Amino acid sequence: MRVSFFFAIATLLPLQLINVSAALAQSSPLRIEITQGVIEPLPFAIPNFIAENTVSNEYPQNISRVIANDLTGTGLFREIPETAFISQVRDFSASVQFADWKAINAQALITGTVAISGDNLVVQFRLFDVFANSELGQGLQFTGPISTWRRMAHKVADSVYSRITGEGGYFDSRIVFVSETGAKGQRQKRLAIMDYDGENVSYLTDAETLVLVPRFSPDGDRILYTSYATGNPRIHELYLNSSQSRVLEQSTGTMSFSPRFAPDGQTVIYSLEQGGNTDIYSLNLDNGEVRRLTSGPSIDTAPSFSPDGSRIVFESDRSGGQQLYVMSVTGEQVQRISFGEGRYGTPVWSPRGDLIAFSKQNRGRFHIGVMRVDGSEERLLTASFLDESPTWAPNGRVIMFARETRGELGRFSLYTVDISGRNLKQVLTPAGASDPSWSALQK
Amino acid sequence: MNYMRLALSMFSIFLVAACSNSLGSDVNEFNGQSDLANISTGSVSDVTSPAHFQQVLGDRVFFAVDDSSLSIDAQAILDDQANWLLENVNYDAVIEGHADERGTREYNLALGARRANTVREYLISRGILETRLETISYGKERPIEICSNESCYALNRRVVTVLTSGVSG
Repeated sequence: MRVSFFFAIATLLPLQLINVSAALAQSSPLRIEITQGVIEPLPFAIPNFIAENTVSNEYPQNISRVIANDLTGTGLFREIPETAFISQVRDFSASVQFADWKAINAQALITGTVAISGDNLVVQFRLFDVFANSELGQGLQFTGPISTWRRMAHKVADSVYSRITGEGGYFDSRIVFVSETGAKGQRQKRLAIMDYDGENVSYLTDAETLVLVPRFSPDGDRILYTSYATGNPRIHELYLNSSQSRVLEQSTGTMSFSPRFAPDGQTVIYSLEQGGNTDIYSLNLDNGEVRRLTSGPSIDTAPSFSPDGSRIVFESDRSGGQQLYVMSVTGEQVQRISFGEGRYGTPVWSPRGDLIAFSKQNRGRFHIGVMRVDGSEERLLTASFLDESPTWAPNGRVIMFARETRGELGRFSLYTVDISGRNLKQVLTPAGASDPSWSALQK
Repeated sequence: MNYMRLALSMFSIFLVAACSNSLGSDVNEFNGQSDLANISTGSVSDVTSPAHFQQVLGDRVFFAVDDSSLSIDAQAILDDQANWLLENVNYDAVIEGHADERGTREYNLALGARRANTVREYLISRGILETRLETISYGKERPIEICSNESCYALNRRVVTVLTSGVSG
């Protein structure tokens, strides 16, 4: 089930029916500034996309639903139900009756068509700024195999989101995570992969071997994870196109874990335990060269690269409890950045470079939080019995994490939350789920 | 330290229960799913048996929150383990380190390793050959008690000395 290869990237053909200069000249009021924290979601209308030629009606309907769910799921948009519509859109290229959409306060209008072409679906869409009486950006066309209809819908939603917020989208992305079944004392864990919204789940390993904390490569083609397959925990690399995996470290008397790719995709940073002491190392996948980055008797773990590849944030208990530190890629210029009450763990550098997400344990509660790279402006976004394993959406505006409920029947599930702390939502999965890792936007 | 005493007293109750009904060798319930090596455990009344090691001497020691130091009680148990291993050279051991659920996954893996290594070093200091002792950490992955209270956490913050067949055994 690899979509990345056969989804011959949507031939991104601007439609030829738009007066581009007029659209650009309009300074549009249709704009959401995410940073300000949105109180009132922007109302939009998305009439079911028009079915063209012989395409079955389910595709236009389902594609319209996925687009609407993507947008409303952000908490930034509110869909106006079809029952409120005054006019219908029956002709994609006809001019829009803006007055009819203004009357129901639809600030944005999304129209589209779905056609079939051989084994492919062809999806076209246009976005209108209703109160400016104009189109926002150009119409776009996506072409892909029928089985990838969800991806095409996500791409439309990403375009709409991006045009209105000015930020990159995050809907056409995937999550690798640990699927959990069985009682709390006998958990069985498998690596699993799914779309960002919990759809299209498939499994990468069986339940025989304990596996932990998978991480996507920058290109989304490989997964790093920790497995007990050879006895002690060892870091592994799995190729998604072949499902083949290999162990990356197997020196005797050690345990290796908590691996993560550098932005170049060819360097891996990880923790190596030897004689009870855990330090951070880097491994060059091209030449096998290993470099030790931290030393001393403390537990140094959970390293994460800055997006420019120049620095690493990690956790260490060198000062007593777990705290966050930043160092250069060579292990120098170490600086502690967390100073608040409690224990800080699993720091993750934002893809935008501006923030560090972390989990925090304080006074019997766990939190997901963010702070600036220098440790300032710490904000806690969640609170529960146990929240851990934050991972960033590709646009650095949303964080997914794992939450475990308390007690004998305690179970892990995945949640997302905005960096504003709003819009906390569960991501539905077929079984328990932990250790999420969010991919980059698919190409 | 109250927790530690509580844990140890609960442990003692278990011992009494295990001893009183155990002419057989059904130690599965006591040990949990991941702590039994694939060896026959024998009878607790046989001082050379793994059952005796597990149930009379005690195969595990407990730790305070986020701590890997050995209490006086833990040292006493490990002294008994060391003496037993010195007498029964047909057995080696895998030392399993565990943490409770109140921590992040990665840190708890490292903490379990640190605890296991503390026990290993202690047994070596009591004369056991390094080559007979391996360690493995399960972090918070294999709780033996599953409630979300300190009574369970105290029993999960453990290192278990799991006997294996030795080279000559």
